[in-house]
Amino acid sequence: MQREGSPFTGVSAVALKEAADHMTSARMHLVMLLVLLTAVGAIYGAIGQIKATVGEDQFLFLRLLTTAKDPLPSFVAFLGFLLPLVSIALGFDAINGEYSRRTMSRILAQPIYRDALLLGKFLGGLIVLAICLVTLWLLMTGMGILLLGLPPSGEEILRGVAYLICSLAYAGVWLAIALLFSTVFRSPATSAMAALAVWLLFAIFWGMLAPLVAGVIAPIDQLDPMTAVHQLELQKSISRLSPNTLYGEMTLALLNPETRTLGLVFMSQLQGALMGAPLPFSQSALLIWPQLAGLVAAMTVVFTIAYVAFQRQEVRA
Amino acid sequence: MSEPVIEARGLTKRYGPVAAVSGLDLTVEAGEVFGVLGPNGSGKTTTILMLLGLTEPTSGTVRVAGFDPFRQPLQVKRRVGYMPDAVGFYDNLSARENLAYTARLSGIPAAEVESRIMEALRKVRLDDVADRRAGGFSRGMRQRLAIAEVLMRQCRVAILDEPTSGLDPQATQELLELIGELRRDGMTIVLSSHLLGLVQTICDRVALFHKGKIGLIGKVDDLAREVLGGAYVVEVEAEGVDVPKTLSGLAGVGRVTPLSGGTFRVDADRDVRPEIARSIVSAGGALRNMAISRSSLDEVYVRYFEQVAHAA
Repeated sequence: MQREGSPFTGVSAVALKEAADHMTSARMHLVMLLVLLTAVGAIYGAIGQIKATVGEDQFLFLRLLTTAKDPLPSFVAFLGFLLPLVSIALGFDAINGEYSRRTMSRILAQPIYRDALLLGKFLGGLIVLAICLVTLWLLMTGMGILLLGLPPSGEEILRGVAYLICSLAYAGVWLAIALLFSTVFRSPATSAMAALAVWLLFAIFWGMLAPLVAGVIAPIDQLDPMTAVHQLELQKSISRLSPNTLYGEMTLALLNPETRTLGLVFMSQLQGALMGAPLPFSQSALLIWPQLAGLVAAMTVVFTIAYVAFQRQEVRA
Repeated sequence: MSEPVIEARGLTKRYGPVAAVSGLDLTVEAGEVFGVLGPNGSGKTTTILMLLGLTEPTSGTVRVAGFDPFRQPLQVKRRVGYMPDAVGFYDNLSARENLAYTARLSGIPAAEVESRIMEALRKVRLDDVADRRAGGFSRGMRQRLAIAEVLMRQCRVAILDEPTSGLDPQATQELLELIGELRRDGMTIVLSSHLLGLVQTICDRVALFHKGKIGLIGKVDDLAREVLGGAYVVEVEAEGVDVPKTLSGLAGVGRVTPLSGGTFRVDADRDVRPEIARSIVSAGGALRNMAISRSSLDEVYVRYFEQVAHAA
């Protein structure tokens, strides 16, 4: 049955209202404070480490983001861990919150489709995430310039922007997951717990599970060396089901320009390669293309599931 | 009166094997106040949601303001204001901001938004708290804010689901007055309630729902006449005479039922007190007391479903 009218009527109104709500909510302020403090700590540690090492480095600015100083992990490691938390904080009560506030039927009685509400909420969250990421990146760059006395090079800025885009896709996946749980579960507490459980699974346990599962599915035959390769490749594939793995690989390729591959390479394939020489940006971008496409696809799929679930829901609470 | 504003034919909604609404026929004319009455769970809210296109009917057709709510939901929702049961607002936004959000959603031109919001808030007497957070509003204020939303959107039709539920008597009275004002503005109003007596005063016509069907539909007085035998109730207390026998022949008197302690209830289709007095006195009885009241919808409802139950 064909319906008349654009499903996008009202999307921008919903998105802007959601973004404004998030920017002023105490919850968001707390989470961002946590991110900001850890980020400043990590960068500060990295600067101390960089100052202590003597030696020329073409990409000193990128080292700012990737250098870890014990006991603090690097800025990128922090962000990979905490970005999902920010997304979950933004999305876990997006839909069920409207039911518990009893605003759902009133909003849906306005001349908009349900599509606009869900899409608007998703876009509103993405806007906030983008603003936060850009702010964070500018802050870190400024801190680097002040404390190192070095401006970033053009290539470093390019890589930094690419890193921001990847981070947004990564955060988008988690926002879609949070949105899905907020649609499926009627209680915000349940949906928050479910989203946090998935976050912990991927952030901490997935790395342990992947080798175990790969070992069970493809055991190594001592007499056949190819089985070891097979198992390793399977392990890689399994761990890449986690958005955290994909994000980690993208960060690696973008912020360590000397990264040449994200998978297994045979010695024969490395013939003629200058080990340790950096790749141009275009080659690094090529390297992460599958990962980025994978994240965007995951985001779309999860959002679609949430969309279908939401369309089938009865409005009356 | 041109074509009806709301027209439903054979409307049915099933949740699994349970029919929440079955085979509903309903017509609401422009400019009237139509009451959808019935106990909880009788299908009122489901019917309203189907009129708005928020729930898809299992079968049947609906036209609202000439549009089909399932093919042209935006056209219908642009013309119909809806106030849900136990309406909610965004607690962290002020009354004005809450209305500004729905104004943007309903596509009101930006230049008009501010003036229309203030005018609507003034009409529901919330203009002095326009910038207070909706989180601090009482239930009555929320209901009035919801009415303000309908006013602001300048809808042709207002559908109010349980507008008076949970309100104290004064807030209820204020809300009923507001509904009266909406009607004077030329709006068609559909309101649902389980408090039958309360809304009978403002409704032109009512439909009594029972288990997903319309049991009775029509003007309150007509229904009372049909079911009770009259729109008026006279309580008669008399001695020394057989009251039912004396009154049964009188013109305009419906049925006579004994209450306690020599008191009788007489259903009549007009004020028949003089005739009753005359016939009791002329029969040699002593008339002690007599009081008249309008039949209430509650009685109609109870009596009607007693009859349905007896017939079954």
